[in-house]
Formats: sequence, structure tokens, C-alpha cells
Amino acid sequence: MAEKILTLPDFTIPARIDKVGVEERADRFTKRSIKKETKVKGLMLALNMIDLTTLEGKDTEGKVRQMCYKAVHLLDSYPNLPTVAAVCVYPEMVRIAKKAVGDSGVKVASVATAFPSGQSSLKIKLEETRYAVDEGADEIDMVISRGKFLRGEYNYVFDEIAAVKEACGPARLKVILETGELITFDKIRKASDIAMYAGADFIKTSTGKIPAASSIPVTLVMLEAIRDYYYKTGIMIGMKPAGGISKSKVALHYLVMVNEILGEDWMNNKWFRFGASSLANDVLMQLMKEKTGVYQGKDYFTID
Amino acid sequence: MSKTISKNIPATTKTNGVHKMVSTKRLEVLKTYKIYIGGKFPRTESGRYYIAEDNAGNNLANMCLSSRKDFREAVIAARSAFGDWSAKAANNRGQILYRIAEMLEGRRAQFKEELIKQNLSAAEAENEVNLSVDRLIYYAGWCDKFQQVFSSVNPVASSHFNFSTPEPTGVVSVIAPQNSSLLGLVSVIAPVIAGGNTCVVLASFAKPLCAVTFAEVLNSSDVPGGVVNILTGKVAELLPYFADHMDVNAIVYCENNVADKTLIKEKSALNLKRVVLYDKQNWDAQSPYFIMDNQEIKTTWHPIENIGGSKGSY
Repeated sequence: MAEKILTLPDFTIPARIDKVGVEERADRFTKRSIKKETKVKGLMLALNMIDLTTLEGKDTEGKVRQMCYKAVHLLDSYPNLPTVAAVCVYPEMVRIAKKAVGDSGVKVASVATAFPSGQSSLKIKLEETRYAVDEGADEIDMVISRGKFLRGEYNYVFDEIAAVKEACGPARLKVILETGELITFDKIRKASDIAMYAGADFIKTSTGKIPAASSIPVTLVMLEAIRDYYYKTGIMIGMKPAGGISKSKVALHYLVMVNEILGEDWMNNKWFRFGASSLANDVLMQLMKEKTGVYQGKDYFTID
Repeated sequence: MSKTISKNIPATTKTNGVHKMVSTKRLEVLKTYKIYIGGKFPRTESGRYYIAEDNAGNNLANMCLSSRKDFREAVIAARSAFGDWSAKAANNRGQILYRIAEMLEGRRAQFKEELIKQNLSAAEAENEVNLSVDRLIYYAGWCDKFQQVFSSVNPVASSHFNFSTPEPTGVVSVIAPQNSSLLGLVSVIAPVIAGGNTCVVLASFAKPLCAVTFAEVLNSSDVPGGVVNILTGKVAELLPYFADHMDVNAIVYCENNVADKTLIKEKSALNLKRVVLYDKQNWDAQSPYFIMDNQEIKTTWHPIENIGGSKGSY
């Protein structure tokens, strides 16, 4: 395939996002009512898009193994359930996770580049990325240097992403913008563009480590960036909202939005993911509710 | 030419130079009765309503006809309130129940008026409000005492200190007495929350006024939101959900309907809910055993070297 040479947009020009318009449109996605078989199909799809995540200082091998078991055996009493898409862990846990998920098809994603702050030198970030890939990570979730970005050092951010992408080798790269620290839609749009042009395979909203996590309007802005990039280059980029999505209903709203902005090609876990840990249980509870007709209680689902 | 607008708008108006009297009769502001979920007063999500009537068929008020989704939301609220409420010091729960009684006392006129609207005589209404206040005080007193009455230290053959204490069951769904607007409601709610449980209550369908006013009393008396949730609606519609919700740990039912009781027992078996059936009664009874109906006894085996010091005992 002949490589197309990309002409980079001028990142010094502010992206102009219509905040009111975005919020109104985002609000309309939350008004759809999805019921019965459609709901079940949507929930199954959502389940299959989850990156089950544990990123805590207190993570142990046992905790990671337990989560990996859950990733593969979501609810054994419910036949023909999909697995989640991936488990997401710290580099140190990649080998354990890789062994635990085995040949189930569940991918292992690792955060890298001084997650969650990204406050370290490029050398160390690249070293960490290579380490995670060598340990067996299928996917790398990197954070951008928000401090540099907010100071206007867009070239630095761009080059850093490109360098990490190179260090990833065959692993797919997800670039975390930490939108809660970028604050405005204009900056979120710009960071999305920089990440995509620099070689991201996925753009991701948040680390989950600050209170302001992903939201539908933020995701909408990023999806539109992906769409525009696709129109311009023909290259598909994945999207991963992360943090704060814990209810099935909200997950369905996200799916409706992805389908409307990007279309059916994105409606699978190669191109869309949910970064969440408690969402899986809520989806399972909703699926059981649809199956049995009885409202479910947390006591009957695994603790995560 | 400047016009000045008087701050005191007169009750007369000038049309064609003739002063006319404007009606001084003010529009009556009718109370909107809503439901009580998680410390808030929403309308039912279903948007449905029914009209509560008195015996003569006069309309008393529009009431929310709650749906299963309102119940679902109420259970979520009750579940999230359970941790804090059950962990509160027992004497603090007593203080809060006492506070409910105080607030109820302060609004006795309103309750009396509503009871009279719902076909009680003035004397009967007075008596029902008095009994309701007293009942709350009664259970307020029991909050930190029933544990001692119903706990035990048990003799065992091994070196263990073995004791049993009552603990709250969890979230309790309550079908309140249908023949009583206030006293029945208070008599079933008070022992449930005195024991550290949280509850979702379906008020009397035919006599719902006091239930919503009682929710306002709860809301202004230090009871954390979600500890008591009150819905209005049809028993037949909501009973299956009250009985089969997997996140509800016990159900209280106060009527004689045999089919309802069978349904409750069957559906409760799904997650082994505690089933508490009180046949229709006039609720003159009060007893710590009503608290115990929604408690479960937990036994602890605590290893020790030799209980009773040098000599063998137990």
C-alpha cells in the first residue's frame, strides 16, 4: 500500500467548537429509549467492548488474576455471554494478566508513560513502553504531557506520541488526553487532532484518576475529530471513553452516539471501548433482569 | 408625562372611568401530593395519577400512581442509605426517631385535618395522631435496648466465647396497612427503621394523604434520605416487584388477602426474603417483637483460653 503523506493541520490555530451545540446534541443522545431485544443486543455489545481495569497502588497479583478470571467468565450461569475486550493493568502486572487470560481472546492492555500524571522524561516513558510490550502487552495506554500541552508546546506533545508509537511496535496505542485537565472543548479537539496525526490507534478521554472523567459531550467532540480525520485520510481511529461510566443505560447512550457519528464500522471492540470496572456488573444485572424479569441485587454478582 | 406604578396594587380597577371591585376571594392553593424517594419528592416517572376520594365520593387529591420503576429507584436509594443507617449508634437512631415524633407533634393540626377528610371523626383523628406520636416515642426508646433483651451468651463445649446478637436484615419492602392512613403506616415503619433497616413503603391506596405528609415530617427530622421511601399506588400492580426484587431482604405485608400472601411467599423464595405477614389489624399493638421481625440473629464464636478464669464454667 502506498503511504499517503499527511499534511498536518496548523495546531497553532485554535479549534473552534460550538459548546452550546455540542451539549445540546449530546443531551439528545440521552433521550433515546432502547428496550427488550434491542437492549439485550446493545448490552451484549457493550459488555464485549469493556476494558476491565484495575490501576491502583494496592493491586496485587491475586487481584489481577481474579480480575482476569472475571474478564473471561463474566457470569457462567448465563450461557453464551461474550468476554470483555481487554483487561487494563500496570506494566508490572502485564505478564501475570497475560498468563491469566490465556487463549481466551481477551487482550491485555497496559498503561505506560508515567501514568497517570505523565510527569517524567521521554527516555523513561519510552523505556516503560518497551518494557510493557516486552512483557506481552497487546495494547498500550499512554498519557499525553498535559503540562506541556497547556503551555502550548504542541510539537513536544506530537513528537512524544510519535516516539511512543514507535516504541509500541505491534501493540496498538491508545492516547489518553485526560480531558478533565484540558477543560475546554477547543483544547480537547486540538489534543485529539494532535494524537491522531501523531499516530494514535485510539484516543481515550481519561485516566480515571481525577474526578472529572469522560462525559457524553466530551466523547462527542472526540468522535467528531475521529470522523473528520477519517474523511481527510481514510484512516480509522478508535475511541475509548474511560472513567465514570458505571450504568448500562449510559453505555447504551454512548453506543447510540458512536453509531450516529461514526457508523457501524466502529460498532465493535476493535474500534470502540469502554474503560470501566463497575460497568460490567451493571450490564450483567440488566441482562439478568431482561432474562428473568426480576430486578437484581449486587449480592448475587462478583465483587470487583 | 411619567407614569408611576404604585407598589400597593389596589383591589379596584378603573375601566372607562368607572371603578369596579376586583374579586377579593383568593385562589385556593391545593397541595400537590408527590412520592418520597431518596430524600426527594419526585412525581412518579410514569406520569400517571389517581384521584383519592372520601366515602362520599368527593375528590380529595391527585395522587401519584407509582410504577415498578419508581420502586426500582426507591430500592436503589434504600440500599445506598442502608450502610450509614445501620452503622449509626443505636442511641442516635433513637434520637432521630424521637425527632420524628417531635415534628409529627408540631404538625398535628394538618394530620388531623387530613384524617378527618378521610372519614374519621374529630375525636378519632385526635386519637390517631396521639397514638402515632406515642408509637414513635415508644420505638425511639427501644432503639438501643432491644439488642440487650434479645441477645444471648451461649454455653458451648469448646474454648469459645459464643454470643448471638440481632442485626438489621437490610432493605425491607413494606405494603402498609390499607385501612389506616397514619397509625398503621407509623406502626410498620417505626420498628423497621428502629432496628437499623431501610425501607420502601407502599402507602394505603384509598387513604394516602397522611403518608405523603408523613414523608415531609421525615424529611425535616434528621432521617437521612433513602432510609424511608414512600410510594403511593396500587398494591396489585406493585406487589410482585416488592416480593421478587433481588436486592430487597425482607417484605412486610399487612392484609388478609390469601392470593397476595401466596404470591409473596413464592416470589420471596427467589432470594430467601424474610416474609413478615401481619394480618389485618387495628394497630393498637406495639412491641419490641415487631422490631425483631426484621432482625436476623448473628452468632460469633470468639476463641478464648479459658472462660471463667480458673474454674470450668459454661
